[in-house]
Amino acid sequence: MSVLTAPPGFGPDVEGELVLSRDTFSIRYDMDRETGVISRRGHALEGLSLAGKIVYFPAVQGGVAAGWAFLALAGRGVAPAGVLFGRTNPVMIQGLVLAGIPAMHRVQPDPFSVLATGDRVRMSPRRGVVERLPA
Amino acid sequence: MRLTPREERLRAGEGGEPARLALEQQIAVGEFFDAERFVPVTNVHMMGDTEVMGEAGLAFIERLAAAGARFTVPVTTNPRCVDFDRAAAVRQDPALVARERVLVGRLRALGAMQVDTCINYQSVYQPQFGEHLAWGDTGTVIWANSVAGARSNYEAGPAALAAGLTGVTPAYGYHLDAQRAGSLRFEVTCALGDWADWGALGGLVGRHTLDYWKVPVLAGLRVRPGGDDLKHFGAALASYGSCAMYHVAGVTPEARDETQAFRGRAPEARHVIDDAALAAFYRTYPADRSEIDVVVFSGPQLSVLEIRRIAEGLEGRRVHGNTGLLVTTNFANREMAVRLGYVKTIEDAGGRVLSGTCWYIMEPARMAAAFGWRNVLTNSAKIANIIGGYRLHPILRRTDVCLEAAVSGRLP
Repeated sequence: MSVLTAPPGFGPDVEGELVLSRDTFSIRYDMDRETGVISRRGHALEGLSLAGKIVYFPAVQGGVAAGWAFLALAGRGVAPAGVLFGRTNPVMIQGLVLAGIPAMHRVQPDPFSVLATGDRVRMSPRRGVVERLPA
Repeated sequence: MRLTPREERLRAGEGGEPARLALEQQIAVGEFFDAERFVPVTNVHMMGDTEVMGEAGLAFIERLAAAGARFTVPVTTNPRCVDFDRAAAVRQDPALVARERVLVGRLRALGAMQVDTCINYQSVYQPQFGEHLAWGDTGTVIWANSVAGARSNYEAGPAALAAGLTGVTPAYGYHLDAQRAGSLRFEVTCALGDWADWGALGGLVGRHTLDYWKVPVLAGLRVRPGGDDLKHFGAALASYGSCAMYHVAGVTPEARDETQAFRGRAPEARHVIDDAALAAFYRTYPADRSEIDVVVFSGPQLSVLEIRRIAEGLEGRRVHGNTGLLVTTNFANREMAVRLGYVKTIEDAGGRVLSGTCWYIMEPARMAAAFGWRNVLTNSAKIANIIGGYRLHPILRRTDVCLEAAVSGRLP
């Protein structure tokens, strides 16, 4: 059953454990790029590794560092499995495409209203849907 | 996306494997943002420094070079993490210098022009109204869109690289008329008398905007901005707000007046930036103590006019023994400033003029540790914004205050 819908996104279908963030995302300021752990003090996901997770951010901040950074994370084996956004910017998508990480934006409705961190989900960027999987 | 016959041939591999790969990535990004076609670009400006690229990025470029990749349009480079000629003097990591040398060699093998500047629009290439570009550094993009009336999205390192190989970029975002309409109105009543004031204004507008897809419009300005004023304003607006374009009613080319700036629509929101707001912005960068460890003029690299101002402030004086003073600029401006005597004046006073780099990517935390610096006084709002993330205490003040503090070693 599709829980979230969105315009067609990038990449193949992927399944994983969902992480929802109420805070925005900047790869330069919020993440330890060696480990893939959210490192900024006070961030909603502080201390959490995004490695292998499907993660949602409502919006993004920051400049062009994201262009290379996802490839570097993937090279170290600590990249997220997929990324969902409310609103995003070109730099995030350029970086995710380079690293081959599935991405979707303008997901509806607010994921917090229908899903929770820890849910297992399948994101299908080409169809523009995110589905909850049996626990 | 609809492809031209040339783009179809590139996609079929007739331009080689690197160009095919690059075009596929551009199609993926373009389709994500609903682009219907590509536009040819005349100039590419690429961010690629070892700090953000990591080993994976270096290896990626190595593979492209090995596969025979060559740029098909002029590609210029943004600042490096090091000044190769003065790295030892500012105690930079020799390993970082070595990595940057490797990267420069690989980029040159692809055909990049290693100009290492973030003010390409002032000293390398001045785009024309309506010209399509693929530029990387955020400060260069916001200048191109806003001041030149040219058209570019933020093209991060790999995206600019791809555009350099294919000569085209997907037409979405700021390449399209609809995205260039003003969205937020800022009534500017504050006095603006220094580059730092313009940066602070950019920071304030950016903090209100916080969205790549919004275009702030400034109205009611009491002074006409100069080129370096807009440079500081735009760089700060991009840094604080992730913005790629702004209008200044009556000043920038797509804003003959407010009606044109908003393309006839009503603003989504209105704000006022008055003297109190500007003063409050400076107060978000308070002094931790009166002694100043280092004064930094950087971010963006300085124009010759800015270097002249620093030299005039230091003429016949000495920078305090407990305080450092750094200026960053590009190769061309440094050479001009040497010929004009400004570099000698600054160096005789005890300051350093670095070229081909920008301070915030020079591993500032490491440099600060090497020199024992804890606070940084700057007239650049962009530097103040970034440097807090490196656990250094940033203090933002006007240029004359920075110069006096450099000489006395403490804030006046």
